[in-house]
Amino acid sequence: MTESNDAVDDSRRAALLMTGVVGGAGCVAAAVPFVASLTPSERAKAAGAPVVADLSQLALGEKMTVEWRGKPVWVLRRTPEMLASLKKTEGEVADPASKRTAFPTPAYAMNEYRSIKPEYFIAIGICSHLGCNPLGPLAAGAAAPLGNDPGFLCPCHGSTFDVAGRVFKNKPAPDNLEVPPHKYLSDTVVLIGDDSKA
Amino acid sequence: MGLHKTEYKGLLGWFDARMPTLMSEYKKHLAEYYAPKNLNFWYIFGGLAITALVMQIATGIFLTMNYKPDAASAFASVEYIMREVQGGWFIRYMHSTGASFFFIVVYLHMFRGLLYGSYRKPRELVWIFGCLIFLSLMGEAFFGYLLPWGQMSYWGAQVIVNLFGAIPVIGPDLAVLIRGDYVIGDATLNRFFAFHVIAIPLVLLGLVVAHILALHDVGSNNPDGMEIKDTLDPKTGRPLDGIPFHPYYTVHDIYWLSLFLIAFFAVLFLAPEMGGYFLEWNNFIPADPFQGPLHIAPVWYFTPYYSILRATTEYFMWVLAAFTVAYALLVFLSLKNSAARIATLGIALVLVVFMVVPGLKLDPKFWGVVLMGVSVLIFFGLPWLDQSPARSIRYRPGWHFWCLIAFVVIFLVLGYFGTQPPEDTRNLMSQVLTFLYLAFFLLMPWWSRMGEFKPVPARVTFAAH
Repeated sequence: MTESNDAVDDSRRAALLMTGVVGGAGCVAAAVPFVASLTPSERAKAAGAPVVADLSQLALGEKMTVEWRGKPVWVLRRTPEMLASLKKTEGEVADPASKRTAFPTPAYAMNEYRSIKPEYFIAIGICSHLGCNPLGPLAAGAAAPLGNDPGFLCPCHGSTFDVAGRVFKNKPAPDNLEVPPHKYLSDTVVLIGDDSKA
Repeated sequence: MGLHKTEYKGLLGWFDARMPTLMSEYKKHLAEYYAPKNLNFWYIFGGLAITALVMQIATGIFLTMNYKPDAASAFASVEYIMREVQGGWFIRYMHSTGASFFFIVVYLHMFRGLLYGSYRKPRELVWIFGCLIFLSLMGEAFFGYLLPWGQMSYWGAQVIVNLFGAIPVIGPDLAVLIRGDYVIGDATLNRFFAFHVIAIPLVLLGLVVAHILALHDVGSNNPDGMEIKDTLDPKTGRPLDGIPFHPYYTVHDIYWLSLFLIAFFAVLFLAPEMGGYFLEWNNFIPADPFQGPLHIAPVWYFTPYYSILRATTEYFMWVLAAFTVAYALLVFLSLKNSAARIATLGIALVLVVFMVVPGLKLDPKFWGVVLMGVSVLIFFGLPWLDQSPARSIRYRPGWHFWCLIAFVVIFLVLGYFGTQPPEDTRNLMSQVLTFLYLAFFLLMPWWSRMGEFKPVPARVTFAAH
């Protein structure tokens, strides 16, 4: 080494840069499995099998809850009065035709009842705001925030939904309750989580 | 020999010759750290916060010896600690009551900063490290609250994790990454345990060290708000108004610590759940993913921010947009630099577009999360927002004091509303209070300059006792 102390040794500087780049790439590569370990495991991914619900015991106006992918899925058997209330709430809800796409409504539920059969309303019982569990179905006049409509009330932040799971205007929740993929295996047996024609 | 020349004898001398750092740090931070001699009651909370941290770590270590971070057994293991482990109830209540006391102490410590302008130049870094401690503490409390796996644990975590889901584009995937599953489950509990017992505590300890080192570099502020380092003893070079931290303030702090511990243990023995505020009743019911509790509220120390989150609804967005425009105009008129002026209007325009323009606007839910975040993070800005010529409230106009008190009242009322079920009148009031909360900070560059200031004395106000 004949250079003076304050001159930059270009070859050493180049080696330093290369070491830095290779070392940096190594660190990034090493971070991959760590970040990957935070994502759902294979077991969690596999736990999404469809479930069968038997609706034959469900009385008019009653709701049953089945578990699908760790979430509560409601089946509500609506009374004629409940179905009639949907006409009135049409103008009071934020997204009457379920046009928003955050939780896309399946094509077969894209109707005024948001269901395949008007009588049976099937939806995931998780508020589209921050994931609380709405209460209900509450009868007309049972809870002040709902006024004179029957529907659901989320106790966390006060979002209200009609009996088709449509969120009322000016509430914290942006979306209607999610309708999961489902299909009827017979008149009273429904498969939740699978809507393939087969 | 390579040994340090020591002034100490015996074992200490042997030690000092080999590791002089110990005694030099002891002098730097305790025996020869000169703190203003007029520090009052409001200055006890830093020491109390350290005590609370030590208490949480010590009780936490013992709790992990019997706790099981497993969704199937977590709730039962906490009940096992409470009913069957010898002394378990005492350790657990120290930890759960300790969490609330930690927040009480930290909030009072922050109030002291606002009262005497302790965040002002040159103490900006002290304040920033402090705010980071506050954030870490919120994270620590949130992760810890899931561990008992009660109804509030579960549904509280559900709500908070979904806050991240409200972020446009990346939100839903981010929420899955935080939970480690599509729903809050065993994977979530396990990782929250890891964050609670090791990751965040390590960060907290590092930040506490940084907070204290930064403080000791610039020196403590005092209730009069002047620099004691401006008036030095010509002979010794020490501040004339400074006294050694040890023994003067160690004794002062120990006195108040004993009173604090009396209050702490009175609550621990007589009302450990504090009427459902420190430990919510619903958390004595095991987590049920299919039926949430009738009313979900966070623990009291989060409720002011929770009220702000709830206040943001669709119609409120119009008010928020109008407020943004008005504020941008105010900033515009106050700035001289034309590039900064254009930037202000540009930012305001983008914000307003995403707030109200149909087709482009983001959900009120997202803005609720933003407002909640802003209401916490805005504390970081205080050193620059506060433009008052005097640091301490003592030399600021009387109405500045009442502004501060009004802010405290707003904070407490929002906190109370956050513990209550949603209701129209309270929601409307929360919206008004959210504005006042933000206005206190955002308008500070203007109001903190206004009014008649009193002259700040060169020496501290102190009566010997």
